[in-house]
Amino acid sequence: METLFHAAPFTGYVYPNETVIPWTVLIAIYPYLTGLVAGAFTMSSLYQVFGMERFKPVAHFAMLTSLCCMLIVPLPLLLHLGQPTRALNPVITPHITSAFAIFGYAAGFYVILLLLENWFVFRPHIVAQAKQRKGPLGWFYRILTLGSYDLSEKAMHYDRKWIFALAIVGIPGAHGLHGYVGFVFGSLKSREWWSSDLMPPIFLFSAIISGVALLIVLYAASCRLRKIPVDQDCMKGMTYTLWGFMMFALLLEAVEFASLVYRGREGIEVILEYVAGPLIVPFWIIQIGICSVIPVSWLTFMIWKGVKGNALISGTVLSALLVLVGVLMMRWNVVIGGQEIAKTGKGLLTYHMPFFERESAVTAAILLIAPFVLLSVAVKLFPPWEDSGVQRD
Amino acid sequence: MTQEGIAVEDKATELEEAGRRDFMRLFGGVLGGGGIALVAAALLPEAAAVADKPDIPGYDWNKHHWSFGVDATKCIGCLRCVEACKVENNVPKDPHHFRTWVERYVTLEGEEKTHIDSQHDPVNIEAAGADGKYRFANRYKDAKVDKAFFVPKLCNHCTHPACVQVCPVGATYKTEDGAVLIDHTMCIGCQYCVQACPYGARFFNEEIQATDKCTWCYHRITKGLNPACVEVCPVSARVFGDRNDKQSPISIFLRNNRVTVLRPESGNAPNVFYVGIDKEVS
Ligand code: SF4
Ligand code: SF4
Repeated sequence: METLFHAAPFTGYVYPNETVIPWTVLIAIYPYLTGLVAGAFTMSSLYQVFGMERFKPVAHFAMLTSLCCMLIVPLPLLLHLGQPTRALNPVITPHITSAFAIFGYAAGFYVILLLLENWFVFRPHIVAQAKQRKGPLGWFYRILTLGSYDLSEKAMHYDRKWIFALAIVGIPGAHGLHGYVGFVFGSLKSREWWSSDLMPPIFLFSAIISGVALLIVLYAASCRLRKIPVDQDCMKGMTYTLWGFMMFALLLEAVEFASLVYRGREGIEVILEYVAGPLIVPFWIIQIGICSVIPVSWLTFMIWKGVKGNALISGTVLSALLVLVGVLMMRWNVVIGGQEIAKTGKGLLTYHMPFFERESAVTAAILLIAPFVLLSVAVKLFPPWEDSGVQRD
Repeated sequence: MTQEGIAVEDKATELEEAGRRDFMRLFGGVLGGGGIALVAAALLPEAAAVADKPDIPGYDWNKHHWSFGVDATKCIGCLRCVEACKVENNVPKDPHHFRTWVERYVTLEGEEKTHIDSQHDPVNIEAAGADGKYRFANRYKDAKVDKAFFVPKLCNHCTHPACVQVCPVGATYKTEDGAVLIDHTMCIGCQYCVQACPYGARFFNEEIQATDKCTWCYHRITKGLNPACVEVCPVSARVFGDRNDKQSPISIFLRNNRVTVLRPESGNAPNVFYVGIDKEVS
């Protein structure tokens, strides 16, 4: 028989019911994925809305990435529910005072927006394929045209207007969706570790850096696979973007932590005990040391020295990989960390992640890989490469 | 806040809840009449269930105002209440799921820090011997105890319940007579409410895959009986009653004592009132 629950070991005094940790690793994966969605979308908007031409090589790819991550976002939540068959109830009979009731609407709205924008962007490709291809794939593209084969200059102009408008709506949409995830945690007064007005912006900035970092890694990898050189200008732009947003993200986290300690409300002794004990490895060493200080210093160094070429690419990609791990650790330290500090303010718990269960390490790993499996199929069906495999000058 | 202030606040929540129910009916009507989506229609009866009050013959929830009192100076830590609650309410018998539990506070001579333990403490689990049985281990028998007392805990049936606020489907709700209940047929098991309760009163019941907590034995009190824990307490440390009845045990308890609530700063405005607890109790 499957174990019904895991009782967490504790020190000090915790409420008896707290020994079963309510939100598992899956709830840490959920904000990580929405963060990638928001971050990747930001990258594509830098080109679509702000007209930064240097990001053209990744703009469409960023949109596909955003969509593929977004399609997986509901899964960790669904797998967490005790009653997954009632998953749609918050949408059908929402309880409006709940911060979570709007999730279904926000996510639904955002999926539609992403689908629409992707459709407009890839319409020329869809139409071309619909005309050429035979067999099931031909049908697939013909259905996707939605009956519109018009690729005249007038139609394309109209499409561009839509893309621009959708991208503009998408910016507050993506950031709202993610800032709101921060609100879900920040608005809970029962936990000192979460209860902070800075939670939404912290989540937002870490989301942006994770999305930018993801695109850096994926773009470099895709150039390798396609055997074309990386666009230097684009890579350099992403290096700057990552660096800039990281500065904000780190600053916000530092301010939040400082004010938590400085306020020193009830339970602060236990929080400090936690920070100086169980958090040493996941927070201080991994999240802050290896995954924030090292990449930020490295990026600063490269920008300062004006590093170019392969050195810039490998330096940026490595930093980006570290940032991706760092943001994942940050989600973990917020979601799991918040629950390891008891509500009593007098004790600490230890969450043990099961390896092979519904809510376990394996499930989390599958959910983290799933968007990229989707993406690898999506780039075949809808090639997002502006450079279409040839080197830009 | 003054009594009137509280009354006005209560009225506001009532109206808001009533409005919500009306909305649901309207929504139901529109969908039913239009016959828009089969799926939605299939889900609607469930929606109506949370909106309508529990159907209890001969009971009108507008006529009562339940509250709970705890006199910690009387509690002897025998844990009859905890065992009775587990049986009465089908609570999982392990020492990690409780609708009510009792905490022990012990200060030893020459020490500043208070030792706190409860039923989930490994030493107490060992002393109890089996699931469904609960004991406080005699762990301080060789120590010089300066001060010791017990504190029974349960859901506070808050006036402004954080759990009700966050529930995305309204499965947990405040009744007109003051209890906070969960409709297990509506609960989606997200455990947002478990997080939101500052008192650790809620737990996820894996046996029914829904969240659970104390209901003040709603099935008993609506038939004129006491909650199980109040019924079995041999020293009357637990007091229950209707505040609309000026001679009920709780009205007398509140009139004769200076009471306090747990974590007043949370803004939840609990309806479990304590006598004789110390500063470290929260
Ligand atoms: S004590 Fe907790 S579960 Fe009970 S009503 Fe208050 S917030 Fe809700
Ligand atoms: S676990 Fe159930 S009662 Fe609690 S917030 Fe979720 S749906 Fe509501």
